[in-house]
Amino acid sequence: MSYVSKPVRKKDAMALVTGKPVFTNDLAPKDCLIVKILRSPHANAWIEEIKTGTARQVNGVVAVYTCKDVPRKRFTLAGQTYPELSPYDHYILDQRLRFVGDAVAIVAAETEEAAEKALKRIKVKYRVDEPVLDMHKAKDGKILVHPEEDWETKVPVGADNKRNLCASGVEESGDVEKILGECKYTIDRTYHTKANQQAMMETFRTYCYKDHFGRLNVVSSTQVPFHVRRILGNALDIPSSKIRVIKPRIGGGFGAKQTSVSEIYPAFVTWMTGRPSKILYSRYESQICASPRHEMEIRVRAGADENGIVRALDVYTLSNAGAYGEHSPTTVGLSGHKSIALYRHTEAYRFAYDVVYTNVQAAGAYRGYGATQGIYAVESAVNELAHMMHMDPVKLRELNMPMEGEPLPAYQDCTTAPSCTMDQCMKRAKEMMSWDEKYPYKDMGNGKVRGVGVAMAMQGSSIAGIDVGGADMKLNEDGSYTLGLGCTDMGTGCDTILSQIAADCLETSIENIVVFGVDTDISPYDSGSYASATTYTTGMAVFQACQEMRKKICALGAKMLEAEPEEVNFDGEFVFTDEIHKVSLKDIAIKGTCGNTQELQVTRTHCSPISPPPFMVGMAEVEVDKETGSVKVVDYAAVVDCGTPINPNLVRVQTEGGIVQGIGMALHEDVQYTEKGKIRNNSFMQYKIPSRLDIGDVRVEIRGSYEPSGPFGAKSIGELVINTPCPAIADAVYNATGVRVRELPITPEKVAMGILKQKLEK
Amino acid sequence: MLKIKSYVKVNSIAEAYELNQKKSACVLGGMIWLKMGNRNVSTAIDLSGLGLDTVQELEDEYVIGCMTTLRDLEMDKSLNTFTQGAIRESLRHIVGVQFRNCTTVGGSIFGRYGFSDVLSMFLAMDTWVDLYQAGRIPLAEFVKMKKDRDILQSVIVKKTPLKTVYLSQRNTETDFPVLTCAASLIGEQPRTIIGARPGCAMVVEDREDLLYGFTEMSKKEKAEAVRKFSEYAAANVPVGSNMRGSKEYRRLLTEVLTRRAWEALGGIKE
Amino acid sequence: MNLSFWLNGVYRHDEVEPDTMLLDFLRDKGCYSIKCGCETSNCGLCTVLMDGKPILSCSTLALRAEGKKIVTMEGMQKEAEEFGTFLADEGAEQCGFCNPGFIMNIFAMENELEDPTEEDIKEYLAGNLCRCSGFVGQTRSILKYLQYKKTKKREEAEK
Repeated sequence: MSYVSKPVRKKDAMALVTGKPVFTNDLAPKDCLIVKILRSPHANAWIEEIKTGTARQVNGVVAVYTCKDVPRKRFTLAGQTYPELSPYDHYILDQRLRFVGDAVAIVAAETEEAAEKALKRIKVKYRVDEPVLDMHKAKDGKILVHPEEDWETKVPVGADNKRNLCASGVEESGDVEKILGECKYTIDRTYHTKANQQAMMETFRTYCYKDHFGRLNVVSSTQVPFHVRRILGNALDIPSSKIRVIKPRIGGGFGAKQTSVSEIYPAFVTWMTGRPSKILYSRYESQICASPRHEMEIRVRAGADENGIVRALDVYTLSNAGAYGEHSPTTVGLSGHKSIALYRHTEAYRFAYDVVYTNVQAAGAYRGYGATQGIYAVESAVNELAHMMHMDPVKLRELNMPMEGEPLPAYQDCTTAPSCTMDQCMKRAKEMMSWDEKYPYKDMGNGKVRGVGVAMAMQGSSIAGIDVGGADMKLNEDGSYTLGLGCTDMGTGCDTILSQIAADCLETSIENIVVFGVDTDISPYDSGSYASATTYTTGMAVFQACQEMRKKICALGAKMLEAEPEEVNFDGEFVFTDEIHKVSLKDIAIKGTCGNTQELQVTRTHCSPISPPPFMVGMAEVEVDKETGSVKVVDYAAVVDCGTPINPNLVRVQTEGGIVQGIGMALHEDVQYTEKGKIRNNSFMQYKIPSRLDIGDVRVEIRGSYEPSGPFGAKSIGELVINTPCPAIADAVYNATGVRVRELPITPEKVAMGILKQKLEK
Repeated sequence: MLKIKSYVKVNSIAEAYELNQKKSACVLGGMIWLKMGNRNVSTAIDLSGLGLDTVQELEDEYVIGCMTTLRDLEMDKSLNTFTQGAIRESLRHIVGVQFRNCTTVGGSIFGRYGFSDVLSMFLAMDTWVDLYQAGRIPLAEFVKMKKDRDILQSVIVKKTPLKTVYLSQRNTETDFPVLTCAASLIGEQPRTIIGARPGCAMVVEDREDLLYGFTEMSKKEKAEAVRKFSEYAAANVPVGSNMRGSKEYRRLLTEVLTRRAWEALGGIKE
Repeated sequence: MNLSFWLNGVYRHDEVEPDTMLLDFLRDKGCYSIKCGCETSNCGLCTVLMDGKPILSCSTLALRAEGKKIVTMEGMQKEAEEFGTFLADEGAEQCGFCNPGFIMNIFAMENELEDPTEEDIKEYLAGNLCRCSGFVGQTRSILKYLQYKKTKKREEAEK
């Protein structure tokens, strides 16, 4: 029996579909103190005075904490490998408030009602300062978001808090200006994306308790348990050995939970009071003080020769970190590295960036992690270039796309593509969409017109040379295996995917693999699930652990057979020298528990020096109402190269889910602020993620290459899939209407007003 | 957080009216809006025990109890036949089935919300509200009245022969409308409603009588009248901006939706 | 205040505060399948059946359950498993957080609509948001499940 490349049902599926209590708030003890946060109504303010006396007197209130009560040691909430590239710019509570929603005070009470009452009774005197809300005005502006002296960066990333710079840099190769000057066709355009919310269905939540050793136990909906342990150690200024982090089932993450958004508050409360406590973020809080995508403005200059060869790319990204710098120096990199690399003939490129602090909600990690924004810009610019050349955008891609063994300009994590079937993806997508028939548009004759658009995309598979995957494999007494993991299944199915890999390596049934994760006291170290790393990196750790486990089984089996280890074979059920001389796995397992001196347990850690990109092509067909401007994606065809798809069902659903999130970003999900910097899209009533009525067909196919460095040839899928909808839809709308929208989302109003403007100009 | 001190499931409208005279009291509808706020309610008055949750068809009118859910209204066969499906069209975009199973007609109408599809639809018919104290009042009048402590018992729709079309523009399928438009012929009388302006839905007064005698017009005349009237509506209906759309876009939509609604009603584009 | 109602087939008497919402009340009674995903009645995660109709338990006062039959997924475990296998075979359960509300609404749809088309299904379930799956896998599973139910019914009738 083989499980790899089979649509295996997820191991936790039946618990999920029958509504079993497996999530953080289902498991929290009933006597938890309820933790609530008083939040700043101002975008830039200083707490002159804060009175908590009457709040403390509320019946049931156990504690009220302000900035006077917390350690004065800065840390970052970013879930990244140490030393983090994100600046240390956080206190648990600070006297300076940097955005509307920033934490002012923490209340812990016996009931929600008491906590709410106490929040109302905290009296704060604010000195309200003028905020810097426009990211264009932040760099070297008068208003500083982080003027404090103890602000710190652990790694040089071009940051300077006295200039509102969270990161800044230039990377270039070749003479961009010269090559652009030589190009027959050049284009210079600027694109703008918003601070979209991940909007996972389960908001941020954590509960904490102290155990019999006086250690702080933290149960949290997180993608990064090991990073959370370190972050809490930093934040509470205690050794992280005093902290244990457990991850139950998670109701979605998409990167949001790669930042330690909610953990610090109950952790502080439980550490101080000794009592169990929990915090549940409301949807409102998840919209206004969480960790959304970085707003970016990206200027692209692109040049092609008369034959359609893209020779030069110049990308400048202005990224909005918001009030704190989590993931800011890193996300911006992907906006250049993963977009320029799509054009293999690029002779010269420049990628420059500034990441600025402003007084809006701090951004974080969201699926795609900067690549989404960069690919939207570069793919849009290339589409505009194709139109300028009167060349089919597919044709232009065919001339320039990444090919196996060919260069990936600007992408240092693999200078050439180790595995790539982008050409097959394009060919198949074209067939699926009937591109040649449909391009560029078709008037439906009823006031509606349909247009098609295309985009390519890539991502990485793990952070090269940094991400660590861990697997702990143990043979149990009954011949079953326990696979201990430190990566975090958040619905994506990695517990199952990694079990499939283990089952094939050990030639056993998948039911015979007990999968376990995550508990930082028990699980092997793992960076966590982000950067599209899990299947690729942890998968390889599992693969290696299994090989080693086989050796151990063979060694003990050989001993039982009184043979040499190299004389025996293992077929998953028996260790044998020939048909007669064999010993069963069960007998070996039992032997392992009696008079045995050889541990039947293996821990393996893996880190890849490269990050092989998965690739894909996305094609959108939209229908536009020429009068109202309504845009509907009636069909979306996507073909992905994720290497070997370990579980084709999960690859498919990841792709479908990512595309629909991308459609939301392209068409619906707006982020608007009031003049004072307050987010208006602060609920699901005002922030409209797609419903099932907002999408048409989404059709996904796989054209997997074989990635030599991945387990069974696998690469990643999770993030890649959100990258094509924005540019593909934007171009489809253009092809349908002639209207080019360069600021997302492409709302009906923008399209209708664009059409109207065209009419008036005619 | 909503706070409710006491909850009374009343035995009569009179009892409800009595209890509702206190400013801190509140009549419960579908609870959607109430729940979102931070109100301190002294007495929550629940009318759900009074049998006011049905659509009754009488000889010359429909009597729709204030506690009728939007879902029941949407699924009511007779009303949908009467409105050629416009009732369903006006309700089906409102969030979801579960949501519409909670919300009530009384709550939707009494609230006189600017975004209300329900209000836009009912204004397009010969609709009256039946208030416990004030008695029957035409809906168009009720919309302009200040909120008081009276109790809305039922909504009445007169069975004057009706042809009607309901349209709305939304940024997503289940979002609030950016603009609503209902066109109808009540008997021979043309009526146009524009809602979600974003202000409260209103009757577009045809001061130039552009649609006068619409039913008698030839197809060509109809087309011309509709074109003129939709331009007139765009020029005269007061619209504004909010986060879902600008004033300019709403003006454009007013023209488009008005034209489309009347074209459909007049069978012009077939 | 006193509240008497049926919860998953069992008639019971409880004490509740006038402002307790059905969602909080039911979770307190151990119905952990019911989730809360928003405060604005938009997500559908808290869907339960009241006298057979799907409602939002987040927006319904517990007291309004008086005399009614409330059914949560805890009371429909067999049915949930039956449909759930179809969802799981698409991999479309994903994180699972929206599943209970979504599946309860499918049961309501089965009661209310006879032989729904794909468009009917989408419209009926529009109030159930999901951020993981992109919905298409969910739709596939529903179509397969309904086909299976139809076949099962026909086979039973033939017997």
